Amino acid sequence: MIDTNRRARRLRERPPAGVVALALLAIVFFALPFLGLLWKVPWSDVGRVLGKSEVRTALWLSIRTSVASALLAGFFGIPLAWLLARTNFPGRNFVRALCTMSMVLPPVVGGVALFFSFGRRGLFGQYLDQWFSFQLTFTVWGVIVAQTFVAMPFLVLTVEAAIRQADARYEDAARTLGATRSYVFRRITLPAIRPALLAGFVLAWARALGEFGATITFAGNFPGTTQTISIATFLALETDQRDALVLSVVMIATSFAVLLGLRDRWMGRTDGVGY
Amino acid sequence: MLALVAACGGDDGDGTTELNVLAATSLTDAFGAIEQAFETANPGVNVTMSFGGSSTLATQIQNGAPADVFASADEKNMDLITDLLFGDSSVFTTNELQIMVAPGNPRDIRSLADLTRTDVIVITAQPGVPIRTYTDDVLANAGVVANFRSFEANVGGIVTKITGGAADAGIVYRTDVIAAGSKAQGVRIPLDQNLVAQYPIGVLAASTNRRAADAFVAFVNGPGQSLLASYGFGDG
Repeated sequence: MIDTNRRARRLRERPPAGVVALALLAIVFFALPFLGLLWKVPWSDVGRVLGKSEVRTALWLSIRTSVASALLAGFFGIPLAWLLARTNFPGRNFVRALCTMSMVLPPVVGGVALFFSFGRRGLFGQYLDQWFSFQLTFTVWGVIVAQTFVAMPFLVLTVEAAIRQADARYEDAARTLGATRSYVFRRITLPAIRPALLAGFVLAWARALGEFGATITFAGNFPGTTQTISIATFLALETDQRDALVLSVVMIATSFAVLLGLRDRWMGRTDGVGY
Repeated sequence: MLALVAACGGDDGDGTTELNVLAATSLTDAFGAIEQAFETANPGVNVTMSFGGSSTLATQIQNGAPADVFASADEKNMDLITDLLFGDSSVFTTNELQIMVAPGNPRDIRSLADLTRTDVIVITAQPGVPIRTYTDDVLANAGVVANFRSFEANVGGIVTKITGGAADAGIVYRTDVIAAGSKAQGVRIPLDQNLVAQYPIGVLAASTNRRAADAFVAFVNGPGQSLLASYGFGDG
């Protein structure tokens, strides 16, 4: 009771002016670029640009590939996150650094690495070509591989943090009651971290949607197969800036809506504590 | 603040002049050599080169990039910024177009007509980039509709995908084929189908170092010509 009162009083106190001033500057720093962009957008053109068949093609390709990449990221990333959080093996930090590096790498570098390993003459890609006459470059599969490569770390780190915070005693209790390891993973571990799972998927999906550098470097750029909305936006900057601005607004609106929704889900599940 | 102004061009105080040159991707090697030769001949000038697709560079100039000289791979992108030039631009060199293929030409590509084959992966650059404009013109001259699989950001993207083995063929500059060395080879396009790529250079009106910029353009048109020729530019 006393604790609660003290906490309430602290919340009512004014925050330090210096902190508030710097925080406000940070907010302005993030807000101004968007204002600058919104100010330049030819609003009367929005309908025309979104009606263009190449824009629709690029949007539809982006939606399909980003969803596929997020699902792949979850399919492999959740087990990886569990491994990193719940087991202790030699070189674990090394593995984590390896598997999350693509998050901080310039995406073009990731694209080049994929090209020289999974490209048609790449270290491993040459066997795809020899055995199956198949190459990832210039195909929608190449886009998905590039996007998954860049997006998966976001899911892995989010889910790993949540598994670490989840109380392992529930898992232990279930085990002592006779549940198998996989049953515990599916019925205890995963439900306990549901908000983080959702957040991980959404972050990975949003990153895949915005991916550009690795995709064009590894997969190329062709309408309908490899030209995603991010690539179309970048290339339109040089040919038709009005188109690029409209597409930018679409991307910004999508990202903003996703992050807003994400925050609400988090708040709802964790009583405003968040992580 | 003073340091910022100096860094953007002009006299550094110690007598060094900064010169920013924006040049087409295909000029990368040749202009690298010209930069060195020019700086040796003009100890007071420090040249900074920035290479990119001519259309990218033209967009940068339109958006106020601090540049003194622009060298484009086609007249079209120079025309886009013509009202931002000091005086006129002039053609300083030319380039020939060739079909770049893998070493040994494993797909047996002999002519433009082979670019329509479905068993050949042909790529080019996105619209607006000079090599794409030239490619479209050459193919239209020959009445060929190529079966493109990718539109790369610039000519560098075409070269990388072909030398890396992902694509089989693409129209590039002869200088790209020479620069690729043993990683690619060129198939010549018959003279009656081919065209000559014209490279214009110009000094920008916003330049704060017009004398050094003029000197650089004069150098490119003078001693620079033999350097350009050594990389495969011109009629050689």
